[in-house]
Amino acid sequence: MLNSAKDQSKLISLEDVQKWYGTFHALKSISLSVRKGERIVLCGPSGSGKSTLIRCINALETIEEGKIVVEGHVLDGTTRSIDAVRREVGMVFQSFNLFPHITVLQNCTLAPMRVRGVSHADAERLARKYLERVRILDQADKYPAQLSGGQQQRVAIARALCMEPKVMLFDEPTSALDPEMVKEVLDTMIGLARDGMTMICVTHEMGFARQVADRVIFMDSGEIVEEAEPEVFFKSPEHQRTKTFLGEILAHH
Amino acid sequence: MGPIGEDQFLFLMQGLKWTVLLAIVGFIGGGIFGTLIALLRTSKNKVARTITAGYIGVVQGTPLLMQLFVVYYGVALLGIDVNAWIAVAVAFTLHASAFLGEIWRGSIEAVPKGQTEAANALGLHYVSRMKDVILPQALKISMPATIGFLVQLTKGTSLAAIVGFIELTRAGQIISNQTYRPLLVFGIVGAIYFIICWPLSYAGSRLEKRMAKAAR
Ligand SMILES: Nc1ncnc2c1ncn2[C@@H]1O[C@H](COP(=O)(O)OP(=O)(O)OP(=O)(O)O)[C@@H](O)[C@H]1O
Ligand SMILES: [Mg+2]
Repeated sequence: MLNSAKDQSKLISLEDVQKWYGTFHALKSISLSVRKGERIVLCGPSGSGKSTLIRCINALETIEEGKIVVEGHVLDGTTRSIDAVRREVGMVFQSFNLFPHITVLQNCTLAPMRVRGVSHADAERLARKYLERVRILDQADKYPAQLSGGQQQRVAIARALCMEPKVMLFDEPTSALDPEMVKEVLDTMIGLARDGMTMICVTHEMGFARQVADRVIFMDSGEIVEEAEPEVFFKSPEHQRTKTFLGEILAHH
Repeated sequence: MGPIGEDQFLFLMQGLKWTVLLAIVGFIGGGIFGTLIALLRTSKNKVARTITAGYIGVVQGTPLLMQLFVVYYGVALLGIDVNAWIAVAVAFTLHASAFLGEIWRGSIEAVPKGQTEAANALGLHYVSRMKDVILPQALKISMPATIGFLVQLTKGTSLAAIVGFIELTRAGQIISNQTYRPLLVFGIVGAIYFIICWPLSYAGSRLEKRMAKAAR
């Protein structure tokens, strides 16, 4: 009984996931489960497979072995399962990837209208609500190129939220930003976390990890090496690889 | 030597009308089928990619004149009696669709991959992803090359004379034969081509410069 209650609160589960790029083994037997409302920070050295891992969750990458389940939908390679999963999962990219030829507002209304069949008026209402939430409603009629990097990333967050996803994936959302803009994006993410959004964030912002993460996961060479609550993770990491990595990160900051 | 009067001038204008119509027909037909070819060339389907690549290769590797002959006489060989208009329209459409298809394939591929990924992550399907996200950006990228091809196509319409079409160049030739003033007549004909093509070329290079600046 206890077990099934636990399963119900499980939003994402990866079981023994294997991923190869040609002969390169990018994800090695990854198992992970994420509960509703959980905030996870994923870190690790460059090339360790962080992006690959979260991109598998919304089927931007395919896996060779293992099982991924998101909100009860098993990713089995069919269009149907991919659609079902993508409706639950929002994603924010390092390079924003806003659509440059349409306005901020249109960036936000496009997918709700095309994917969820929301009417134009309702899509705009939705867009305004989330643009307001990321505090950028006043820029709604501008084009992405007219905004600063931090503003663009907040729009990207609003665009993803307009699909009302159950979980948000962030792939180094602040790495492409000038230092003075990092905070506004992190604050937006902290706000989301406060409101109970389930999140998986690839980031090296350790302050953010301490503040919002329920769990920090450390990856290296395609493996999950270590996972722990932030307190434990930063104070007393178990593995040597984690210690080395934390040493490097802290030396940089 | 005969004079170049109103009649002669009107005759040239008749020719110009066909030149412009041919260019428009080629551009519209080529635009429609070229879009199809560009989409097939960038699709996941390997057979579709191979076939369209072969088609582009054949059309780009042979002279337009030959393509005109093949369509004009080839269709006649099949026992179908077509008028020169249809044959030429078909030939120009085939020709333009290969070139525009190839230009637009390159433009589609030049749209950053992150755009497709963002569209996919939002759950957009192929049609919306192409129509709403990729093609508008690809079209913009392709503008200079597309305009450049339109200029080539306009000049290429003179080849339609070979299958009996009295377009601008052929009209000029006829007038020149009547009046024995080839230099003057072809001067006028050349000026007319220039008046059509130069603004296009100019707009194309302006666009190209502006885009290069924006990319910096
Ligand atoms: N499309 C691809 N084809 C081949 N190899 C790839 C591809 N994408 C990623 N890789 C390889 O897989 C490994 C993991 O890449 P991934 O992008 O997941 O790393 P990451 O942890 O996100 O690194 P970074 O911090 O640099 O973003 C790297 O060695 C990378 O070179
Ligand atoms: Mg990465």
